[in-house]
Amino acid sequence: MSNEIELIKDPGLPAHQHRRADEDPKFAQRAERQVAILFLISALGTILLIASYVFIPTDVFVFIPIFGENNLHQLLLGLGMAIALFFIGAGLIHWAKNLMPDEEVIAQRHEFRSPDEDREDFVKTVKAGAGAAGLGRRPLIKRTLGLALGLSGLTPLLLLRDLGPLPKADLTKTSWKAGTRLVTDPGDRPIKASDLEVGAVAQTLPEIAPGAHRALADVGKDAVLLIRLRPEDFNLDAERLSWTYDGIIAFSKICSHMGCAVALYEQQTKHLLCPCHQSTFDVTRAAKVIFGPAARPLPQLAITVDSEGYLVAQAPFNEPVGPSFWERSS
Amino acid sequence: MEGNTVKRLSRLRRHRAAGPMLLVFALLTIGTTFQVAGAVTTSPSTVADRSAAIAEGKQLFLKGCSSCHGLNAEGGAIAPSLIGVGAASVDFQVGTGRMPMADMSQQAMRKDPVYTPAEVNALANYVASLAPGPEVPSEESLNYERDGSVAEGGELFRTNCAMCHNFAAQGGALTQGKYAPTLMGVEPKHIYEALITGPQSMPVFSDKTLTPEEKLSIIKWIKAAEAEPQLGGVALGRVGPVTEGLLVWTLGIGLLIGVAVWLAMKAR
Amino acid sequence: MTARERIAGNVAGYVDDRTGAAKWMKKNLTKVFPDHWSFLLGEICLYSFIILLASGTFLTFWFDPSMKEVIYDGEYAPLKGLEMSAAYASTLDISFEVRGGLLMRQIHHWAALIFMVGIVVHLLRVYFTGAFRKPREFNWIIGVGLLTLGIVEGFLGYSLPDDLLSGTGIRIAEAIIQALPVVGSYLAFFAFGGAFPGEAFIPRIYTVHILLLPGIFLALITVHLMLVWYQKHTQFPGPGRTEKNVVGYPLMPVYMAKAGGFFFIVFGVTAFLGAVASINPIWLYGPYTPGQISAGSQPDWYMGWLDGLVRMSPPIETHAFGHTISWNILIPGLILPGIMFTLLALYPFIESWATGDKREHHLLDRPRNAPNRTALGAMALTFTLVSLLNGGNDIIATTFHLTINQMMWFSRIGVLVLPPIAFIITKRLCLALQRADRDLVLHGRETGRLVRLPHGEFVEVHEPISAEKAWTLTSHEQIAPLELPEFDGAGVRRAGGIKNKIRNRISRATAVAVPKATESERKELEGHH
Repeated sequence: MSNEIELIKDPGLPAHQHRRADEDPKFAQRAERQVAILFLISALGTILLIASYVFIPTDVFVFIPIFGENNLHQLLLGLGMAIALFFIGAGLIHWAKNLMPDEEVIAQRHEFRSPDEDREDFVKTVKAGAGAAGLGRRPLIKRTLGLALGLSGLTPLLLLRDLGPLPKADLTKTSWKAGTRLVTDPGDRPIKASDLEVGAVAQTLPEIAPGAHRALADVGKDAVLLIRLRPEDFNLDAERLSWTYDGIIAFSKICSHMGCAVALYEQQTKHLLCPCHQSTFDVTRAAKVIFGPAARPLPQLAITVDSEGYLVAQAPFNEPVGPSFWERSS
Repeated sequence: MEGNTVKRLSRLRRHRAAGPMLLVFALLTIGTTFQVAGAVTTSPSTVADRSAAIAEGKQLFLKGCSSCHGLNAEGGAIAPSLIGVGAASVDFQVGTGRMPMADMSQQAMRKDPVYTPAEVNALANYVASLAPGPEVPSEESLNYERDGSVAEGGELFRTNCAMCHNFAAQGGALTQGKYAPTLMGVEPKHIYEALITGPQSMPVFSDKTLTPEEKLSIIKWIKAAEAEPQLGGVALGRVGPVTEGLLVWTLGIGLLIGVAVWLAMKAR
Repeated sequence: MTARERIAGNVAGYVDDRTGAAKWMKKNLTKVFPDHWSFLLGEICLYSFIILLASGTFLTFWFDPSMKEVIYDGEYAPLKGLEMSAAYASTLDISFEVRGGLLMRQIHHWAALIFMVGIVVHLLRVYFTGAFRKPREFNWIIGVGLLTLGIVEGFLGYSLPDDLLSGTGIRIAEAIIQALPVVGSYLAFFAFGGAFPGEAFIPRIYTVHILLLPGIFLALITVHLMLVWYQKHTQFPGPGRTEKNVVGYPLMPVYMAKAGGFFFIVFGVTAFLGAVASINPIWLYGPYTPGQISAGSQPDWYMGWLDGLVRMSPPIETHAFGHTISWNILIPGLILPGIMFTLLALYPFIESWATGDKREHHLLDRPRNAPNRTALGAMALTFTLVSLLNGGNDIIATTFHLTINQMMWFSRIGVLVLPPIAFIITKRLCLALQRADRDLVLHGRETGRLVRLPHGEFVEVHEPISAEKAWTLTSHEQIAPLELPEFDGAGVRRAGGIKNKIRNRISRATAVAVPKATESERKELEGHH
């Protein structure tokens, strides 16, 4: 078979090359000293750590070029710890590399596969065991066991039920009602229409009784952004236009995409941008989505003024605020 | 563990090494003082001074601004009308070097002002004379150290400003290449003016919805954030997890792989 | 026998009398581990996990996992007097009132980032060298599980302080839960104990973060390591290295010292980062309230690709029969990651199905010798990288004077177009490298020395490469493509013929290779000279 292709052969493990430290005791001694020095540096690191913990107050700052103005306590504590740990490691590795045997060892692998007769025996044992239990022959036991196991699996599901209440109308309702005043966030001061110049924004929440506590869950649904434009800038249908007051328009601040606070208003373009996922809404067209992943406009709150001239809601939001959910109808 | 961060800061001043940082601070302080002093000496106190300033401002306006904003500041194809924008707006736009615009880019950038404080003042007086508008806040009204509250300012900043300017006032992206600039190193007066005039993309924050005291609190918080030393080491730009991720993918894993390569290398 | 040796002997005897461990220990203390820097990537994960356990335990001593509102009255003046959750306040206390507390917090967070980086680079090493092949498929699946759990664990961890940034992250997670069809709003209300944010979520994820998930980690890591131990480590091809042996250093003492030393190195580097680089400065973010937001709100990097996918998603929602399905959340937030991780976990089986290779492999592939696999990896990496970049598109836009709109469109198109391009380029690159290997074996190394031949021609002197190197470059197998029957004898497509046709085609694509150099060719070339 002279045509047989001859492959390149494995020359085998190359002959071991001795290190200088193996042949010359001088080098071995040097390596030993180096390892010792590395361990000593580590010890110094721990001393630095202890010293900075005990002696450096936590309110001292130093200026270090490149790094800037830093807290000395935190910096030296950390550096001490880093040095202490790193150089133990460096010493160990240097020791292993230079002074421990470096002759490569060959170990043989064993085959994972069990011998055929073992595998057959195993199958036989399983079959015999199953047969002895008689599961196949006693379908009544099999089925009732299945039923029992399946039902018992419901227990944890059932017991987890009280993790929280049912949503009911919570996702669809906010605190806004007809006549609720818009107040500043923070500050809780009512706002008159004349308080806002053209181009002004205000972060608002519904008025609450004095001294009452505002739950974060309410803020998460009630937050509203007020924006004042020139009335002629609006491009709204008659109904939506009637929801504005003298150029002031109010939107839910909770993004219709994933619930971040959308309050990034660009006065010139009259666009609202959500900093989380960059959905962009056009304020002049009732917060229509013009860019990004949001699929719905921000809900608009109908506003007007009350007898004292303060801005109030005309009506509650006419749709749920915030991200979508299954039960949402539009 | 006594003392609070205010104490920390005072200690920091004593301990600060007289390095280049100090020099920069000194220069900045001198520069600022000079600018403020200049503004004070030229601020017109009498009607005659004011009309002189208006006249000078008009000349400056015709020379430097009218080509875009129109001969009577009525606005043009590429620039808005300045009637009614007020002195504060001019002081902000020209005083921070945003106007005159160097090029017609997405938005005017902060740069070294072209006009001297006196000239800025004259321009502001001229524009203010066209129609009433927000005035330049007096120095007395800008005493944020006395009238502001830093914690309240932080809360107000996070509600009203952080969405554009980032949690640490480092700036952020707006749409189509516009951006909210960093507020580091901005004069308190200019921050105040920006709040009441709403320059460029920025909306206006009315005095009724964000009271003057609240504005001062915001300024106080910004100044505290600016002066805050790095409490936990290099601040990585104070822009959040992006730079942290970058560091761990470069220095962090780089150092570890470097050691791993050394570990697996045969000793000679 | 010295006293010390006698005591050691006694202790060993005492233990062996009761456990019979001597035999097992004798065998295993001399266990051989091959030495290569890339085999330490998994150790980075193991060690940072230990660091996480230690530093995390430290943090629990002061952290108060409660969303009860408190008025802050601590060291950090800019937050004094503000309402915040006890979780946030206690994190501030750890940072400013506990000496070394901020350092530990930063070490914990840096260790988490290193843990995740370690998992990803370890996974890449295993993937590109084919170390996942039989018999190591179980360990690959466990690894993918650890990666998935690591992402969840990291997210829960940075959510605990209840600052403005992490609260925003929780808000987004809530929106993803809420978007699930049929059960979404119920699950969200159960998870949060009512309407978002409620007062239940932080205490609940605390239990999951410090008890449930670390327990699962510990179990999975133990099995992962036991399998490595039992199956023995893979090794790179080279002289003397075969499928039947392991060449390396014995555990006792060399590998123990090296691996033990490397633990201290990883801890040292993490402590260094914790000392010099600020991470998650929660005092700057402020306490969470749903009405506030910061520009540039991003998750940690291992979630960044997910956020990037969500950002680039087209605005699609279905409203029908009074119900809403948010495809703009479900596709990038659940469906796509689900597909990605399932494909990742099943990859060993997919590859062995495509190549028909059911044999054991203990010698690693050089990535160029498996061009299809390498190109697929490059494709997946490109996809993830584009998504990750889009997750930080606002920071990138402001840094490099781009617009977020440009970045978004680049990502929307790039995430579809760039991965196939990466596949094609990588595959060609692999084949070019194979060709270079072949030339090297046949013609030797270019020395840069020019020699003038008697008839005036200049030629560059090529130096033959060593026998060891030649073996390393040619020891890989080149498998022939499958030829499964598609038609029966009469030329009619047989049952399963189409499946066979697909397998044949994939197998042909996988088997594309530059023929490796052989001794015969070398001899023939020598004959010519």
